[in-house]
Amino acid sequence: MNDNVKVEIRRVLRDHARLPVDIDSIDEQADLFQAGMSSHASVNVMLALEDAFDLEFPDQMLKRSVFESVAGIAAAVNELQPEAA
Amino acid sequence: MSIAVDRDRAFLASVRRIAEDVAALYADEVDRDARFPRETIDALREAGALSAFVPEHLGGGEVSLAALAHGCLELGRRCSSAAMVFAMHQIQVATIVRHLDAAPWFESYLRELASDQRLVASVTSEIGTGGDMGRSIAAVMPAQDGGLEFEKQAPTVSYGGHADDLFTTVRRSAGAEPGDQVLVLSRASETELQPAGSWDTIGMRGTCSPGFVVRARFGPEQVLAAPFSTVMHESIVPLSHILWSFVWLGIATEAFERGRSFVRAAARRKPGDPVPAAHSLSRVMSELSMLRAEVESALQEFILASEEPGRERLSTMASVLRFNNLKLAASEQAPRVCTGVLEVIGIAAYKNDSPFGVGRQLRDALSARLMVANERIHAVDAGLLLIAKEI
Repeated sequence: MNDNVKVEIRRVLRDHARLPVDIDSIDEQADLFQAGMSSHASVNVMLALEDAFDLEFPDQMLKRSVFESVAGIAAAVNELQPEAA
Repeated sequence: MSIAVDRDRAFLASVRRIAEDVAALYADEVDRDARFPRETIDALREAGALSAFVPEHLGGGEVSLAALAHGCLELGRRCSSAAMVFAMHQIQVATIVRHLDAAPWFESYLRELASDQRLVASVTSEIGTGGDMGRSIAAVMPAQDGGLEFEKQAPTVSYGGHADDLFTTVRRSAGAEPGDQVLVLSRASETELQPAGSWDTIGMRGTCSPGFVVRARFGPEQVLAAPFSTVMHESIVPLSHILWSFVWLGIATEAFERGRSFVRAAARRKPGDPVPAAHSLSRVMSELSMLRAEVESALQEFILASEEPGRERLSTMASVLRFNNLKLAASEQAPRVCTGVLEVIGIAAYKNDSPFGVGRQLRDALSARLMVANERIHAVDAGLLLIAKEI
């Protein structure tokens, strides 16, 4: 997968996830909710991801497991927008 | 999964595809030029959708009324005119299917309709009757060649110039009372349409519904045997109000979805910032959900009443009031949703060249209160309310 996607995801998380720690210190498999992302912040993350990648997350993807890690988000973006990968 | 459910599902999938791929593509042009949505109707023909309600043993698709209604909704979202043509055609087909009473001529006609995908228009309104479908002036008369004929002055015939066949209300005979009506099915080749008026309207422009003087020559077997008053109460009126309402629900749904796209785009640009338009969108959604509830529940009530032996419930005053109320409520609620969306989006919805424009939807939805004028329906209801005990 293109690293640019993950860089962009980390940018969105930095701007909208309101994590108490620097996003770059978080492993791509690490649980973002455990790291302090609130569910309210995750909604903003989703909206910002839709804007950044110009895609729409269908309802069945709007669940905790998709947004709980950088890798999970990258997989979802890849599934919705294979050309970004 | 039952065969019936599979049939419905396949029908709806193909109508949805036509709505998205064809109807949506030409909708603005159809509206701008007030021209017939021929690409969409042709695509529906190719999919066999014009005979969707004809029983399988007569060559049709035998889908349910619910599937038909939701097909109207899908088309209504993309092109109101194509959806209304489709709905009106299906009202004629369903009326024949429900009332042909095994008449051989009508059975063979339905076979022909299915194999040739013929489009049927109706000629119910007439100059001089004050918009009352239950009265006719034109009458079935003996023709010189030994057959039958009529001449009718019709103020509007939707897609009259594009239909293959016409279904026309006329008095049973020269001496019959205005309310003693029958339905006559005549082919375009047996019918002469003399244009009488134009169709340059504010909405529903692609239905191409000018006036005509209609003259037809036909055989006695082309007269539907069932009395028109029965056909009107059991089928034409409730079916019209239901399928039209699903078209209007489709129009309102599209306007709402444009509002929703607008609000979501605003929310994405600045995640976390308050989006004032989201609150007005929420209000519009409650208006839309009332429209949806009214339309869906009327459909279910009609299906249940139709399954009863004799369908007598459909001729009760309570039933007339029920389906009149559907028409009144849906025709006023659909434009309300569209104007609500105008306020959600603001000026971008007022612009014709904006992806968030809802002008076409609003203009099309405004026709709803005039297709059988709401004031006329209120007058009927007012009379019934004085005498009906159960409503």
